[in-house]
Amino acid sequence: MWFYRSARDSVLPFILRRFLSAVPTLFLIVTISFFLIRVAPGGPFDLEQPLEAKVMENLMRIYNLDRPLIEQYGLYLWHLAQGDFGPSFYFRDFTIGELFMQGLPVSITLGALALLVAVLVGGTLGTIAAFRQNSAIDYLVTGFAAMGLTIPNFVVAPVFQIVFGLMLAMLPIGGWNDGAVRNIILPVIVLALPQIAVVARMIRASMIEALRSNHIRTLRSLGLPTSTVVSHALRGASLPVVSYLGPAAAALLTGSVVVETIFALPGIGRYFVEGALNRDYTLVMGTVVLVAVFVMFFNLLVDILYALIDPRVRYE
Amino acid sequence: MSSWFKRMAIAAAATVAFTGMAAAQVVYNRGNDADPETLDPHKTSTTYESHILRDMLEGLMIYDAAGKVIPGVAEKHEISDDGVTYRFTLRQNAKWSNGDPVKASDFVFSLRRIMDPATGAKYANILYPIKNAEKINKSQGSKPEDLGVKAVDDRTLEITLERPTPYFLELLTHQTGLPVHQASVQRHNADFVKPGNYVSNGAYVLKEFVPNSQIRLEKNTNFHDAQNVKIDAVVFQPQKDLAATARRFEAGELHSTSDFPADQTKSLRQRLGDQVHTSPRLGLYYISLNTTKENLKDPRVRQALSMVIDRELIAEQVWGGTMLPAYSIVPPGIGNYKEPATADFKTMSPIEREDKAKELLKQAGYGPGKPLKVQLRYNSSDNNKNTVVQVADDWKRIGVETAFINTDAKTHFAVLRDTNDYEAARAGWIGDYSDPQNFLFLLESDNKGFNYAKYNNPAFDALMKKAADEKNLDKRADILKEAEAMLMKDMPYIPVLFYGNNNLVSNKLQGWVDNVTGAHPTRFMSIKQ
Amino acid sequence: MAQGAVIPTEAMKGTVQGRSLWADARTRLFRNKAAVVSIGWLLFMALICIVGPEVTGHQYDRVYTEYSRVEPSLSAYPKADQITPSVERIGSRLRATPESITVEGDTLRATFVGQRPIDERSLAFFPRSDLFGDARVIERADEGRRISVEVPIERRYFFFGTDTNGRDLLTRTLFAGRISLSIGLLATFVAITIGVIYGAVSGYLGGRVDVIMMRFVDILYSLPFIFFVIMLVVFFGRNFVLMFIAVGAVEWLDMARIVRGQTLSIKRQEYVQAAEALGVETKGIIRRHVIPNTLGPVVVYMTLLVPRVILLESFLSFLGLGVQEPMTSWGVLIADGARNIQGAAFMLIFPSIFLVSTLFALNFIGDGLRDALDPKDR
Repeated sequence: MWFYRSARDSVLPFILRRFLSAVPTLFLIVTISFFLIRVAPGGPFDLEQPLEAKVMENLMRIYNLDRPLIEQYGLYLWHLAQGDFGPSFYFRDFTIGELFMQGLPVSITLGALALLVAVLVGGTLGTIAAFRQNSAIDYLVTGFAAMGLTIPNFVVAPVFQIVFGLMLAMLPIGGWNDGAVRNIILPVIVLALPQIAVVARMIRASMIEALRSNHIRTLRSLGLPTSTVVSHALRGASLPVVSYLGPAAAALLTGSVVVETIFALPGIGRYFVEGALNRDYTLVMGTVVLVAVFVMFFNLLVDILYALIDPRVRYE
Repeated sequence: MSSWFKRMAIAAAATVAFTGMAAAQVVYNRGNDADPETLDPHKTSTTYESHILRDMLEGLMIYDAAGKVIPGVAEKHEISDDGVTYRFTLRQNAKWSNGDPVKASDFVFSLRRIMDPATGAKYANILYPIKNAEKINKSQGSKPEDLGVKAVDDRTLEITLERPTPYFLELLTHQTGLPVHQASVQRHNADFVKPGNYVSNGAYVLKEFVPNSQIRLEKNTNFHDAQNVKIDAVVFQPQKDLAATARRFEAGELHSTSDFPADQTKSLRQRLGDQVHTSPRLGLYYISLNTTKENLKDPRVRQALSMVIDRELIAEQVWGGTMLPAYSIVPPGIGNYKEPATADFKTMSPIEREDKAKELLKQAGYGPGKPLKVQLRYNSSDNNKNTVVQVADDWKRIGVETAFINTDAKTHFAVLRDTNDYEAARAGWIGDYSDPQNFLFLLESDNKGFNYAKYNNPAFDALMKKAADEKNLDKRADILKEAEAMLMKDMPYIPVLFYGNNNLVSNKLQGWVDNVTGAHPTRFMSIKQ
Repeated sequence: MAQGAVIPTEAMKGTVQGRSLWADARTRLFRNKAAVVSIGWLLFMALICIVGPEVTGHQYDRVYTEYSRVEPSLSAYPKADQITPSVERIGSRLRATPESITVEGDTLRATFVGQRPIDERSLAFFPRSDLFGDARVIERADEGRRISVEVPIERRYFFFGTDTNGRDLLTRTLFAGRISLSIGLLATFVAITIGVIYGAVSGYLGGRVDVIMMRFVDILYSLPFIFFVIMLVVFFGRNFVLMFIAVGAVEWLDMARIVRGQTLSIKRQEYVQAAEALGVETKGIIRRHVIPNTLGPVVVYMTLLVPRVILLESFLSFLGLGVQEPMTSWGVLIADGARNIQGAAFMLIFPSIFLVSTLFALNFIGDGLRDALDPKDR
């Protein structure tokens, strides 16, 4: 197809430019969050039962926390530039890097599966609803979508646990169990539900629009099979979904606090909350950097995909 | 690669289990409050860390299944007549998991290590009764070598104390007194705690540590009592959401939990019957009153605030009977003590208390025209919230207006300790050893970190000092009681409840004995298939 | 808008166009049944939440210690089986045992027998118990060892049940609605104000200013939102209103992007160029022409942002960082209820119905507005 070539011509310098511009962005993000977390009261070694002054002093020295803040900031940047996120203050047997190595695969597995389910189920539901606009099935899909968006996941998750884990005793209630299929069904569904809702709504809306457009009307009037019509309509209709899924993917793949807490899963979603609440400075910084990288990467991916789907879009 | 291998191994194990060819591994899935900060015993400070460490490492003295202090590595001990020198004889067959014998020098190394300021041990102060320990830990001119711990020979260890300490043997059961393997600590430094590196002398060895998921321990074949250890592997799993954890227990995914949602005790009992365990524990849930604040300066005001709290109702309604009403600082049933000095209003009826409290407030200059206003802080948790709501309702009866501030735990305790910016606040204290001193010392005026109330009473300090120097346990108890009575009059801390141990324990799990220490070593338990 | 004396023709054009657009949109909106029902529901919800807590007969923070977690019921409390244990409890405080307990309508008659003369001051336990009114002694015998009392029973209704502390859940749910809705509106208002102004300025000025301003938005986009919110809770935890103003101050990013896009196209319209040619100040053009013409998407976005903020608040409540007691919000009630789902499901169900139906309504209104304002569909 002709647009592939033209896309490739400009895609490499485009990606390179984006990578270069990511550096100052990351730097600013690191700076903002570094100083923000330090302003919060309490430190990483404050417990309910307080420490001897001398012990605290020792700990602060061991972790370089006794140095001037600006020096610590410099040290952090220096290590970060070498790819070292530093040691965790709370999980003291681990470095942030090790925590991510263990947690990230879990979160990515769950997030990617949820995303896949969302696109497949949401896309199908949305398409059906668009073809049968204002039918019972359309209302059902719209209603379901609204439910998915409005019921908090910390309500859905316990209900699922009770129904599928206790009453039907079909699936385990929690635990990772090395990623066994049985263990990840419920969390993936809970994660996917709101995304299914969004995708279904968006696909429905843009499909309706696409179906009204001249070229699809032409295709339909020519009596082409429905599958051909759908595939053509979907190409146009998928644009807004792609731009929505970029940030959504970044969020899903970096874990969900609620799902990981309720289903007792070792992902990295909890680290945002645990890091901030435990004042685990390095953990907080690590997650901030990680999320920022994911967001920027997926935004870039969205832009590239956009151009692939819609040849009119140029890389700027 | 390794995870692929692991999965294969699990699959193989599962196949074996299904075909019933070989005896399957007995695995104990054990809920724990949280992940440990570290598995280096000298850097830990919490009870949920102690559960894991107790299974991996064996100290000189240990708790048995019922929480009684029994010989551990030290098969016997002699105490000198003046009560300051302890001589321990180590078991001949005590071994590390790599086969090395456990020697007296291991304990010398370990105790020096925890006191060394460079280690940064959070809880070294537990072992301050050992000679020179405090001076070493606070860098007051003593070096780790000066510590009063000496290896007479490989099997004989001598510990010298600063002064007689009646609870010293129990102190040795604490995780701070656990030994570490010198050679592997020196070889791997901080990494000695990693699976594969960790050499331990207890019933189990560390196999896997996945944060937020599980810590897997497997049986140590070199353990001196290995033939009596019936459970092959323990998997500690952090309880991140208590309600969900209770559901996991109900579905049989956990054999025991270290807590449950107390406000749901009734419904849990209906579903789980006698698998719901509660027992008293040495811990105090209290409200600290900042004695330097204008509105709480007057002891009469503090007395009035304490008097009207309906402790029975809170214990029953909010905590589902898993906590006990508290009328003293020291929990009843503690060692080296008699009956605690209780507040004198304990025997009064609620109406009398209310009238008396109103009277006290009036004397202090508060009344309908000038209501007492109190700001009450608490750290976020459901039951804390429900408790303070109830306290404020009791206070409302005598015309006190309460404003709440809730924050996350870090902020809460940072404010209490480092600033003077609070009036009343909920707090808690779990005893580390069974002795009244461990509760009363909270309010010594030089106890900067713990004395949230900023209570400063020279007479009380003098009594505490006198008790520390008293060798006669009976007299010591009397002095401490006098000190406690002083607190109950001045009321810097309002005792509200005594903590309980709350566990869900499966009927399949045998050998679990509820006890006041909350210690349940896995080696004494077994699982009925 | 019509006072624009400087360029009357332009102003008139704007007015005429605006009216027809809005009028048209209104007709279309009112043809959408789901949206109309939703608007009705939302108004009803707002009304009962504002008025409700005053007419339920309970205060939102009144603790009924004897009624902890009672089930929702259409008939009044106390139930027959609650009276006897309660009287026995009072009896033990009187240091006496109840000999006979009879209930006639709303009056209780009980005879207490004690070992020693009964202290009648202790009868004050009756009104304290939430079940009864002031006790009146009708008979004394045996030198005060036996007394008969007549006590009015206080009938109370808990249609939604009560919470752990024994507070009426109906009142609390309605009161929570006030908080949740006002948090949603407040944060949205802040977000929209910042977003619209920022986006309009950026889009209208264009060029280097636009690039820098949008770059800043990109940076904020990459900051993990949860981290930001938790930091806000730590800083402003004491003051929830302030906190949600801060949340609004974070949520304006999407708005700024949308408005900027709109502005870019509005900028090219003839009437704006005419205004420019006539020398109208930039500030004036943005205020008078750009912002009013971006209102369509803004309104749609608003109906989506309000539910988002309300859900965010409930997420914070799940983490235990919700509003301060004794205040409450739907999020706090639902988080409480979700934890008690097995023992006291009603604590979850009622607040959930309120929250979900409100968010449903907001969603449908958003959809309706979008369809109504979509020029392509004309």
